[in-house]
Amino acid sequence: MEVFEADIAIVGAGGAGLRAAIAAAETDPALKIALVSKVYPMRSHTVAAEGGSAGVVQAHDSLDHHFNDTVGGGDWLCEQDVVEYFVAQCTEEMVQLEHWGCPWSRKPDGHISVRAFGGMKIERTWFAADKTGFHMLHTLFQTSIKYPSIRRFDEFFCVDLVVEDGRVQGVVLIETATGQFTLIKAKSVIIATGGAGRVFRENTNGGIVTGDGMAMAYRHGVPLRDMEFVQYHPTCMPGTGLLFTEACRGEGGLLLNKDGYRYLQDYGLGPAEDKPRNKAMELGPRDRLSQAFWYEQQKGRTIEGPHGSVVHLDLRHLGEAFLRERLPQIYELAEEFLGVDPAHTPIPVRPAVHYTMGGILVDGNCAAPLAGLYAAGECSSVGIHGANRLGSNSLAELCVFGKVAGIEATKYAKSVAPGNTATLLKQAADSQISAEQLVTRSDGTERIATLRKEMAQTMEDGCGIYRLGDSMQATCNKIDELKQRFKNVNVVDKSNVWNTDWLLAIELGYQLDVAQAMVYSAINRKESRGAHQRLAGFEARDDVNFLKHSQAYYAGDEAPCVNYGEVKITKSQPATRAYGAAGEKAEAERKQASHV
Amino acid sequence: MSEIEKTIPIEVLRYRPEQDTEPILQTFQVPFTDDMSVLQGLQYIKDYLDGSLSFRWSCRMAICGSCGMMVNGKPTLSCKTFLRDYYSAGLRIEALAHFPIERDLVIVMDDFIEKLESIKPYIIPKTPRALSEGEYLQTPAERDMYEQFSSCINCMLCYAACPQYGLNSKFVGPGIMALLHRYNMDSRDGGAEQRMELVHSEDGVFNCTAVGYCSEVCPKHVDPANAVNINKTESAKDYFLRFVMPKGAKSGAAK
Repeated sequence: MEVFEADIAIVGAGGAGLRAAIAAAETDPALKIALVSKVYPMRSHTVAAEGGSAGVVQAHDSLDHHFNDTVGGGDWLCEQDVVEYFVAQCTEEMVQLEHWGCPWSRKPDGHISVRAFGGMKIERTWFAADKTGFHMLHTLFQTSIKYPSIRRFDEFFCVDLVVEDGRVQGVVLIETATGQFTLIKAKSVIIATGGAGRVFRENTNGGIVTGDGMAMAYRHGVPLRDMEFVQYHPTCMPGTGLLFTEACRGEGGLLLNKDGYRYLQDYGLGPAEDKPRNKAMELGPRDRLSQAFWYEQQKGRTIEGPHGSVVHLDLRHLGEAFLRERLPQIYELAEEFLGVDPAHTPIPVRPAVHYTMGGILVDGNCAAPLAGLYAAGECSSVGIHGANRLGSNSLAELCVFGKVAGIEATKYAKSVAPGNTATLLKQAADSQISAEQLVTRSDGTERIATLRKEMAQTMEDGCGIYRLGDSMQATCNKIDELKQRFKNVNVVDKSNVWNTDWLLAIELGYQLDVAQAMVYSAINRKESRGAHQRLAGFEARDDVNFLKHSQAYYAGDEAPCVNYGEVKITKSQPATRAYGAAGEKAEAERKQASHV
Repeated sequence: MSEIEKTIPIEVLRYRPEQDTEPILQTFQVPFTDDMSVLQGLQYIKDYLDGSLSFRWSCRMAICGSCGMMVNGKPTLSCKTFLRDYYSAGLRIEALAHFPIERDLVIVMDDFIEKLESIKPYIIPKTPRALSEGEYLQTPAERDMYEQFSSCINCMLCYAACPQYGLNSKFVGPGIMALLHRYNMDSRDGGAEQRMELVHSEDGVFNCTAVGYCSEVCPKHVDPANAVNINKTESAKDYFLRFVMPKGAKSGAAK
């Protein structure tokens, strides 16, 4: 097995991994950084983020507003000290990207422009048309080329962490082009592998978003926190789940039911006005909008289409010229994939799984409870999203916490001695054997695609927008069954060069573990909060029993063990989460009370 | 016959270096619906007909740049090419032209990545600025000077379209030239002089014979042919000015 001696290994080269690599390289240029990615960095799923990234810039906005939007949007399940740090850093990180060349959209005077987003009191979303993630990712990737201490391992697939002496000391990789194994020895490891949305049937995610890093950390005893919170984005393409950014509504788009009625006003988001109002109607938070869709569907007020019920995202009144400037990608997606010209016809949309709020438990320094292990971005749970992520916060998170992870992992790497290569190689050899067994066995009978389809369907059935105890139990049982059947998986491709059948099987193994953590965390949370909405007796939020983070621990063949951790409250006591006119009234009352 | 029972034959060029001495064509019958992309057709083959077929893909929405391939001889992104357009004529899918095949539809892209890395694809600040000073001011008109060229998704369709790259892979090629131009045209950047060295070199812009097919196949309207041609003019000017001024024309020549 090849051995590469690094100081820091970073798994995942999307926004968070690249930002971490740059931060580490700038902190100490003498350290060797191995940046590992199963795809070329510019293919990472950050590329698909559309709408924008948060950072307070306007004089009438404030860090407090960003904090309150985030914590209230998260239904008070956020780590408030971490959110305070986050909102204070966002703007500088956006400026940093600007200095690195990110083509932010501008105002006529040359300053950067910001747009409105859902759940946001004052406009603070930096954007590069509707390809913000694309531009951020390419900017970070291209900038990373400046740093000679970053050694990339493009198209190397990570199969395991090496944990020795109670700390993580390396990662084991398959080189996709050859099927050969490599051990990267490292004194610290940063996981930045993104989310796990592909465990659900209809989702906005790229095929690579399979929870790899979450599963690897989880299998080594690191808890996955708040995994029951999975965000349904309200405006996605029927069938494929492809995303129509929230910026469509930020720019003035409307949501209409089959009667052409702005139905959101019936769900505590009104009143419906001609002009967009922040934190109201179409600019409400994602969880509430997806829930309103569900109710409209129950009432028979949605439109039947070939891929299920839809509502209409109406952009017609914005005009072609404006749409081409602000939402060019949306325009093309509608035209090319749906044959719809959004300047003349409303776009049919329905909710789809978009984002995993939970992830690898880390503290505000991005450190996991396993020495030497750090995580940043969607794979992590640093605590800023709570029960429902505020739109625009995930791109900002990649930068803010990618940087933190890079700096902290550097500090740690300098504090420890390198491990014993022979010992680490022995562990790596074990990882190699178990990965290879998927290919070398000849008696497998289970088709990968069948297992994957059944997993994605049962996750949708049990962990959808609204959840029932019985269906969640059925999903628990189904995932348990699929994990057993996975032991009998059939990898038909027996070759070494670009064997994607093999890699898909390993990814499926990751996905099943992550899915299991999600559904067991969900069934144990007997309340409704943010994106976790239950029916049949648990419709209310229960702060007495569940103002707590769930933490799922891996238990091999057994069901995961789920326990609970405290939520850090600094300055915002849990209150009623209200939007629209009701939200404004509640805020006025809070202000009044604090003046007394 | 109901819609669901329709099928379409998809011919795929296979090459498995461990077993095939040369690429071979294989045909699969794939269930057809009107809204299926070519990529979805390939995914069906992979999932249900032959798990050993290898190809790159991820985002499904023409932004990650992974799934470039030849469809009936034309470089395309398979995610935004639809089977319905080939229902009567049929389709043949091959790996992107002009690159070595790694396996099946997967090409070796080391050359492209090395070129990308070689052109200093990052801001070399004209005027250094501290973060505390905030953003550089850049008007929408200044942004428009480079924005189009910054939209390249590195899908390499333009390389598969470029006859010159096919003849001489040392040619820097359309996509990377567009990227180089993107940085040279950025009002924040002062690195054009360093990058123009590459443009002048024998593998630089003058290899281009102005066929323009690169821009035609570009899925993101980057118009790399335009970038190449602007740089031909700049390079010629620069070359001439070298006789008059020491160290050639200033980097600003491209602006």
